[in-house]
Amino acid sequence: MGSTAVRVAHGALDDVHGGGVDHHHHDDGSKTLLGFWIYLMSDCLIFSGLFATFAVLANSTAGGPTGKELFELPYVLGETMLLLVSSVTFGMAMLNMHAGRKGRLLAWLAVTFVFGAGFIGMEVYEFAKLVHEGAGPSTSAFLSSYFTLVGTHGLHVTCGLIWLVVMMDMVRRHGLDDANRRRLSCLSLFWHFLDIVWICVFTFVYLRGAI
Amino acid sequence: MFGKLTLDAIPYHEPIVMGTLAAVILGGIAMFAVVTKYRLWGYLWKEWFTSVDHKKIGIMYIIVALVMLLRGFSDAIMMRLQQAMAASDAAGYLPPHHFDQVFTAHGVIMIFFVAMPFITGLMNLVVPLQIGARDVAYPFLNSLSFWLFVSGVVLVMVSLFVGDFAATGWLAYPPLSGIKYSPTVGVDYYIWSLQLSGLGTTLSGINFIVTIMKMRAPGMKLMQMPVFTWTSLVTNILIVAAFPILTVTLALLTADRYLDMHFFTNELGGNAMMYVNMIWIWGHPEVYILILPCFGAYSEIVATFSRKPLFGYKSMVYATSCIGVLSFVVWLHHFFTMGSGANVNAFFGITTMIISVPTGAKLFNWLFTMFRGRVEYNVPMLWTVGFMVTFVIGGVTGVLLAVPGADFVLHNSVFLIAHFHNVIIGGVVFGVFAAINYWFPKAFGFRLNEFWGKASFWCWLVGFWLAFAPLYVLGLKGMTRRMNHYANPDWQPYLIVAALGAAVIAVGIFCTLVQFYVSIRDRKKLTDPSGDPWGGRTLEWSISSPAPFYNFATLPQVRELDQFWEDKQNGVAYVQPAKYEDIHMPRNTGVGVVMGAFGTVLGFALVWHIWWMAAAGLVGMVAAFIVRAYDRDIDYWVPAAEVEKIERSRHARLQQVQTTQVAPVAAPQRQKVA
Repeated sequence: MGSTAVRVAHGALDDVHGGGVDHHHHDDGSKTLLGFWIYLMSDCLIFSGLFATFAVLANSTAGGPTGKELFELPYVLGETMLLLVSSVTFGMAMLNMHAGRKGRLLAWLAVTFVFGAGFIGMEVYEFAKLVHEGAGPSTSAFLSSYFTLVGTHGLHVTCGLIWLVVMMDMVRRHGLDDANRRRLSCLSLFWHFLDIVWICVFTFVYLRGAI
Repeated sequence: MFGKLTLDAIPYHEPIVMGTLAAVILGGIAMFAVVTKYRLWGYLWKEWFTSVDHKKIGIMYIIVALVMLLRGFSDAIMMRLQQAMAASDAAGYLPPHHFDQVFTAHGVIMIFFVAMPFITGLMNLVVPLQIGARDVAYPFLNSLSFWLFVSGVVLVMVSLFVGDFAATGWLAYPPLSGIKYSPTVGVDYYIWSLQLSGLGTTLSGINFIVTIMKMRAPGMKLMQMPVFTWTSLVTNILIVAAFPILTVTLALLTADRYLDMHFFTNELGGNAMMYVNMIWIWGHPEVYILILPCFGAYSEIVATFSRKPLFGYKSMVYATSCIGVLSFVVWLHHFFTMGSGANVNAFFGITTMIISVPTGAKLFNWLFTMFRGRVEYNVPMLWTVGFMVTFVIGGVTGVLLAVPGADFVLHNSVFLIAHFHNVIIGGVVFGVFAAINYWFPKAFGFRLNEFWGKASFWCWLVGFWLAFAPLYVLGLKGMTRRMNHYANPDWQPYLIVAALGAAVIAVGIFCTLVQFYVSIRDRKKLTDPSGDPWGGRTLEWSISSPAPFYNFATLPQVRELDQFWEDKQNGVAYVQPAKYEDIHMPRNTGVGVVMGAFGTVLGFALVWHIWWMAAAGLVGMVAAFIVRAYDRDIDYWVPAAEVEKIERSRHARLQQVQTTQVAPVAAPQRQKVA
């Protein structure tokens, strides 16, 4: 008798929970999103520290090559475009998530991955070329701060790519349940955030450096 | 294969280190044997290590902090002894390189591995209970934070026996901390232990902000939160705003040391003062991160034991927030001598003086709370009054140091050492002991012994002044900090007195340990059957001691500040609900422990340049996290029947108490209201 009673009560309660009576203790996603925003702000501070460092050291070339001599704007513009487009494709993925179209969501996520990986590929190539030309991170304080700032962004994108792969697998296995929607929303925030950071990198590091 | 690690890394020739190692190994074996003999491994693993219960995590933080306090304090004793001995012709017993490691380890351990875990532990234990929540926002993350902190602790302790620790001072200023002047692994231990525990701290900060913003009991507005919760909120905002800067600063130092970069080096454009600026942009908020929750604890204690509502609650909240903002615009006062010019120094000197204003407002609030209160001088209150007296003097010497002209004379003198110990011991340590004595019953169900608590307090208070008053004098006489040896024999008497002071503090610490022992022994006598041993005002006292694992059987409804006090006055506290409901709780998980273990491996491997092991540690951490992400079975329901059973027995106990004794103060006032 007891077990039936508990089960009945349980079912009734589940409905109540859906209605949000106990919303304080059942993660409806708003807690996670707030927390993720705060995390992004802390990450933003990491980048602001790196930007400030770059601003202080940008002219400390110690007789080595300057940004003007090193940066190839058209190449970086291509890189930028890859990342910006990946943000658009991520947006398409999210639209499909909200529409509940799992197949298209996965397809757009895959497209996003390709663009993101392309961006990382171009960045790695650029770094390798600079090192090959003798403009590696140990050449001057300017290049140390350049490689660290741009490299930290690249590391973030790489983490985003790994997360993307994991998410695609999770969606494939579990479908579009609450947890996956919540996580995709976080990843989407993360991805757009990195886009914004890159626009700052492009402006303050490359454009300003090329003048 | 093992990078830079060889058997020579173990300091066989250092008798002090080897003695400690022997003691640690023997102690470890003994503990291992006891745990195994009484078959406690399963219990520890199931009930504690894998727990996501904020109360248990809080207790574990505080236990680790107490252990590390012993370690950090033995460093202090060693320094005091060395300086008491090493005048003019005498060299003392510590060689310079060892002495330098001792003062570095003392600072690092006391700030990062004693004060921080004390604060985090208290917030864990108290905040969810004060806001009427059943757990924190992210219980698993909380466990992960703790174990990352533990991996930092493990690295610092390992550095004592394998290799060496930084010999640079607790903030590791470059170029001294650069690879050129610190070629050994000491600074690397420093970096990785702080990065691991710092990551944990940042995650805790996010966790608590969301907990406080999103999980308050129904009806509790921000301006109805207990002051301790308010100070915790501001502290956690400071954590999230400041710790990323520490992460960046240490990462750049790492890049200099590992990748031959030039952020802070003397050549190729590096700028060492940038490190000093950045580390203090984190470092100054850090001191407020430590002190604010203690201010909150004092506020709760003063109100409780003066039997009055806190005077100036709102001004307390505004003062806390002001301090939080101002803490980010004073960092340069740590290095007026950088030479950034009169105007810059004047700006930071003035902001520093301004920040003392809200702090002063708080002191007046505490005094006015006591004014015409029925003040009960028990152990938490003694610590609080001791704090008020001690901290004010520390604050005054701080304002003195905020005058750039005076600072040029006193910079890096032992006057500064006396000043910041005056505020950190008098503020943070006293606060932590006050808070431990105050909230101990809520954590364990019995009070702490009064006699030994009082003995501990008096030893600390007297010992503190004996140890640091001479340093004020010596600072004015021109003694600089971190001296392994000095030529001026006039200083020696003062340093002998200081060493005696340290010995008195040692007795105080011993008294605390005795206090724990005696209290555990007499736990039956000291039991707290009502859950409200002090006549408390806030929600944590409305539930049983120790708090049940789900904290609140029914979520409290909050309409005003000090809701529980109001309920008691109106005779509606402890009302049982008509019907209990199922409670949703997070499941325990070992992933935090696993990730912490991989983190330790990662840190150790990075210190010694064992790259394959570092890769394994990193992959292990990431993989464990992903595995956790795939786990869908992370929570469960506590059936209403079980909740009811626990609550019934709690109320039975409560009724027994109420019939045998009447709460001394609440009773007459209740009549008045009725």
